[in-house]
Amino acid sequence: MRTGDSSVSVEGSSSQTSAPRADDWPASSGHPGSSGQPPVSQIELDRERYRERQSLKSVVTSIVSTMVLAALIMVGLKLSPGWPRVQESFFSGKYFVESFPKVLQGLWLNVQVLFFAVIGVAIFGTLMAMIRVSKSPFLFPLRLLARLYTTIMRGIPMIVVLYLIGFGIPGLGIFGRIPAAVLGTIAVILSYSAYIAEVLRAGFEDVHPSQRASARSLGLTSGQTMRMVVIPQALRKVAPALMNDFISMQKDVGLISVLGAVDAVRAAQIVVATSYNFTPYVVASILFILTSVPFIILNDWYSARLRKREQSGGTV
Amino acid sequence: MSQQRADKNMNQQHSDQLMQLQQGPGQGQREIQGQGLQTSQHNPTGRTSPTSPTGKAVLRLDSVRKSYGSNHVLKGVSFDINPHEVVALLGPSGSGKSTLMKCINLLEQVNDGQIWLAGTEITDPRINPDHSRSRIGVVFQQFNLFPHMNVLRNVTLGAIKVHGMNKDQAQDKALELLDRIGMKQKASAYPDQLSGGQQQRVAIVRSLMTDPELLLLDEITSALDPMLVGEVLEMVTELKDRGTTILMATHEMGFAHDAADRIVLLLNGQVAENGSPQQVMDESQNPQTKEFFSHFRGL
Repeated sequence: MRTGDSSVSVEGSSSQTSAPRADDWPASSGHPGSSGQPPVSQIELDRERYRERQSLKSVVTSIVSTMVLAALIMVGLKLSPGWPRVQESFFSGKYFVESFPKVLQGLWLNVQVLFFAVIGVAIFGTLMAMIRVSKSPFLFPLRLLARLYTTIMRGIPMIVVLYLIGFGIPGLGIFGRIPAAVLGTIAVILSYSAYIAEVLRAGFEDVHPSQRASARSLGLTSGQTMRMVVIPQALRKVAPALMNDFISMQKDVGLISVLGAVDAVRAAQIVVATSYNFTPYVVASILFILTSVPFIILNDWYSARLRKREQSGGTV
Repeated sequence: MSQQRADKNMNQQHSDQLMQLQQGPGQGQREIQGQGLQTSQHNPTGRTSPTSPTGKAVLRLDSVRKSYGSNHVLKGVSFDINPHEVVALLGPSGSGKSTLMKCINLLEQVNDGQIWLAGTEITDPRINPDHSRSRIGVVFQQFNLFPHMNVLRNVTLGAIKVHGMNKDQAQDKALELLDRIGMKQKASAYPDQLSGGQQQRVAIVRSLMTDPELLLLDEITSALDPMLVGEVLEMVTELKDRGTTILMATHEMGFAHDAADRIVLLLNGQVAENGSPQQVMDESQNPQTKEFFSHFRGL
């Protein structure tokens, strides 16, 4: 199919006698199997049989070891003296059914907070990262601030940030009454933007300078270069790390319960407070896990795809 | 197909451009620049026309100096490139070829001296460097295509975003140019699906999309194996035949000898030779020049 190209590409008189081009190789040369596959040799058949046996062996081994481990855990739990008590307070069917709708309703608030927090973090984190990599002398004070911000925010425990924002801002008495969920969202945004900004900064700096040179030499401005060439490539490089932070954020939105917002964790807590049974917490955990599973699968799939593309077929 | 007709069209365009160029500097800007960038801010004011000593030269370098710290890479480089001339820039590694290319394209700032592009002093800080860069086409040793864009988007990006060309028009032109190098069916492929030679030819097409007044080729065959070098050099020959003004840094001595109109030999950051291939490569009596070319004898 490639042989047709040359007639199009050859132009002018000099081309006819020029060195052979990669495109010109006839499709039939050197590639067995394009028509009429030669029979597979005995050696290859033996190899295949051996590999099949090996892979069967490893499947059996993994199934057996999983079952042994599960059995050990079960036996260990059953044998421990307090097991019936623990089973009753954490895995009670009655309280599971009772708390499930309330916790699920609370989870809806978590999802909403997550939604706005993701948007906020995307904007604020990107802005912060761009300030960090900027070189303009004007932005020097901002650069200093951004650096201070990422350093401090990554050092403070998330729960302290929540207290500072959740009780500090209303304490100022400027804005009137703000719902706890909004304050919680702001705290999550402030905390996570610092991490995301650093991930993005690493991505920006990872794009090879020759890409910038190439874009600028086309006449693109530095803003256009950033937007069309640097950011898209950087995002691709750091996508797995970003998705990891997203998954971590998904569970951390449960912390807004400390401010009194009735989210999944808080809803569970309310049931626990009246029943002295901890099953609602397990319900909340299961729901949080279920929401994160699709994104974990997506992240694994995307990372695997990137790896495959970069190794282009290598197996080690 | 209608290959011949396409050729005729090219020749027609070429002679149009020629006529435009012959109208002298200042008006030598080709149609595309006229359409896309009629912004008066770029129009050089007092600094260019009256004092311009460039005559008809597309590029004039006047005592260009560049240092990195105490490392003096360019120690006063001066030469001209005339319209439709192919100038080969030769010299050993470290002689300053790449630095000179970067200075001309304003990717590096010169420390002294002036660079004129068709009557505009582009080293003047009051001249918008983005605009000057958009008038020059550059092809790099490592191709530097954008890996996240397909071939068509790579080729049309500059024309659309910088020169304000309409998207359909840009795509038509890109496909025509790609067709000419036999890569039209690769228009939707991504750079990592192409061979080095194919990538480099796409990079050349990308630099040609906006009809640059000057084409800089920075060791464009150095990253290719000998078989692919042929297909890229063939394309350069074709450009020369169409009248493109080219400055090429290269180590392909045979090609420089046969295809270049002029050779500039850079030794230790200074122009050691500036003349026809015959004068420089065969007849020069300068011992340093002879020493340099002796490494290539028999190749």
